Amino acid sequence: MDLSGFRDPAIAKGLIEAINATQTGPVKIMEVCGTHTVSIAKNGLRAVMPERVTLLSGPGCPVCVTANRDIDIAIELAKQPGVVVTTFGDMMKVPGSYSSLAAEKAEGRDVRIVYSPLDAIAMAKNEPDKQVVFVAVGFETTAPLIAAAILRAKDAGLENFSVFCAHKTVPAALGALVNDPEVKIDAFILPGHVSTIIGSEPYEFLAKEYHVPGVITGFEPVDVLQGVYMILKQLEEGRAEIEIAYHRGVMPEGNVHAREMVDQVFRPIDADWRGIGVIPGTGLAIREEFAHYDATKRIPVTPPEPKEIKGCQCGEVLRGITLPFECKLFGRGCTPEHPIGPCMVSSEGSCAAYYRFTDYGKA
Amino acid sequence: MHADRILLAHGSGGTMMKELIDEVFVEGFSEEALKRLDDAASLPFPGSRIAMSTDSYVVHPLFFPGGDIGRLAVCGTVNDVATSGATPMYLSVGFILEEGFPIADLKRILVSMREAAREAGVHIVTGDTKVVEKGHGDGCFINTAGVGVLPEGVDLSGSNCKPGDKVLLSGTLGDHGIAIVSIREGLEFSTSIETDAAPLNVLIANVRAAAPDARCFRDPTRGGLASTLNELADASGVSITVNETSVPVNDQVRGASEMLGYDVFQVANEGKMVAVVPAEQADAALAAMKASPYGEKAAIIGEVAESPAGKVYVFTSFGATRIMDMLVGEQLPRIC
Amino acid sequence: MCLAIPARVTTIDEGLMATVDIMGVTRKVSLDLVPEAVEGDFVLVHAGFALQIVDEEYANETLELLKTLPFFDEEVQMSGVVEGS
Repeated sequence: MDLSGFRDPAIAKGLIEAINATQTGPVKIMEVCGTHTVSIAKNGLRAVMPERVTLLSGPGCPVCVTANRDIDIAIELAKQPGVVVTTFGDMMKVPGSYSSLAAEKAEGRDVRIVYSPLDAIAMAKNEPDKQVVFVAVGFETTAPLIAAAILRAKDAGLENFSVFCAHKTVPAALGALVNDPEVKIDAFILPGHVSTIIGSEPYEFLAKEYHVPGVITGFEPVDVLQGVYMILKQLEEGRAEIEIAYHRGVMPEGNVHAREMVDQVFRPIDADWRGIGVIPGTGLAIREEFAHYDATKRIPVTPPEPKEIKGCQCGEVLRGITLPFECKLFGRGCTPEHPIGPCMVSSEGSCAAYYRFTDYGKA
Repeated sequence: MHADRILLAHGSGGTMMKELIDEVFVEGFSEEALKRLDDAASLPFPGSRIAMSTDSYVVHPLFFPGGDIGRLAVCGTVNDVATSGATPMYLSVGFILEEGFPIADLKRILVSMREAAREAGVHIVTGDTKVVEKGHGDGCFINTAGVGVLPEGVDLSGSNCKPGDKVLLSGTLGDHGIAIVSIREGLEFSTSIETDAAPLNVLIANVRAAAPDARCFRDPTRGGLASTLNELADASGVSITVNETSVPVNDQVRGASEMLGYDVFQVANEGKMVAVVPAEQADAALAAMKASPYGEKAAIIGEVAESPAGKVYVFTSFGATRIMDMLVGEQLPRIC
Repeated sequence: MCLAIPARVTTIDEGLMATVDIMGVTRKVSLDLVPEAVEGDFVLVHAGFALQIVDEEYANETLELLKTLPFFDEEVQMSGVVEGS
């Protein structure tokens, strides 16, 4: 399959001109997916937008919005003897209240990066004397995999594999954003792969109740431009609908089978979004039936009192109120080398994306 | 000797150490200068200027697709010396071995080093071994230092780049880093990509002959092309822009980088060279690179501009410009 | 959270696994979420699992649609900063 067309400069240019030709007033469009944050920054897309269009980054980096306390718990688990903490690479450097998984690894704790929860299961099978804990962070793109992993572990009767679940879900968080009096969002670039799982229906309330358009968008430069163009057309025409631009990757009904697995293994709970606060119904917890695979039940730990970082404006950045380079600490005390908050440390946090790929805010 | 593993006694200066040196190191390297077993090697040296470089090698795992720590240790230091415009001649080697390290593995490493040295035309003339307790070393650490003869009037430096210069790259990016990560526990995948570790002293000499006003050479090792170009831009106070579509990258390296979320510009290389040359000598330099060993896929990948000083840009495949940023810490695979 | 790439299913393995090919690199992934995938399908791969089959027809349709935009000009070359060779 040749998907190079989604990087085709001619198509991109056509879309850029089409975007510029739309007739709207100043609009704020928010993306809520860390991969979009990186794609936009890496492809220099902000620079080709008309002045009236502001592309905001929202709380789409699941690593950035993981509560301090959850990272502290993961760290406590790593400190338990005989425990191997396995994690996606994204989580390694994110600061908790006092430390990070990377720092703990440097102290000698057994923390290992894996590409897939299946690798963690393989480790558990190969090292029966260790308790392998998988730190599960991510939105609906990732939750089904973790559900599947837990089901596989159960099938195999694995006694030394468990999951620390810090998953969050997106649609209700969008509701919180759209209700936020401090940020007036005109439209959403909706996440591509989250939607591969959940389809388009969960976003309908944005259009129907709040008259805010949303377009489910892919990640290649042409995909993003197409998403923005479709949003601007809606705004121009006074429509508010949920549309799918990313046809090849998202079906309106999503992946039903994947959602069934998530429902089977997890139940919704309230979740604490770092910098935003508790958003009801946006977390996932492992159901009683699978409690045996819940790391917090198998290896109960007491994390230290959580501590917020002084001066860190990640919360405002995550809600789109403050642009990364407007944060007082951006580039002054908070850099990728010496990050203070998660937005700078995470490989797809807004601040890191701005700092790494653009000239904003730097001397 | 009877031992098949390194013991603490092998590092203590006594008879066991002598056995190790005679039967494993001297045997393995097969160098005349080493057979005399003096504390220092006395060597003929043509000319009055020397270039000297040192590097330590701590790669893990020690053996990886297409190579091992020994080959790296020789090629890396040979290349560093050669970037100054010198002809590399002699290497010293220091080993720090962990108690319990299999001697069979040590022998494999020595053979690699011997072969790499032969290929590069250098001699390993002096060495040292220490043994540390089990748990205090990663099997085997190697330091090599190299000296070469530097002709008069040669002044290659990262601070020489000028606006208008062209930037050349000797071959495909990312092979070494991807080869290493493909066998890392938890991340494994199947690929035919091997390390590109290679001595490039001949390539550099050929390019210098074809482009006598070449400004500098540098190998994009840890941190990849991004680190190298950012260092050059900083040192010379210039701006560099790379044309993304000109940069040679193997399909499999692209595929693996996409899968893991890596930026190919930040992946390590061990057998590639960046050269900055005046525009009017670029074509000749490129032809020389392509005709040299390990340079078949060479390309002109970018250009130097006056400002903004210290910044490196990528002109992307779809036509936008973004910054080529330097790696911060380790490159980690991501799912986001 | 969204890094998923298209990969071609080269073989279906046992235990609801498959071997996929991403530009020549191969890896085993789980088909737990897309049990209906068959050899030759393209799937989106995220963290060692296939998420969905990538619909080639939709991909082509989208590209064709974008080429009908009034501003599309296929002669456009984004000229590089330097010529490659």
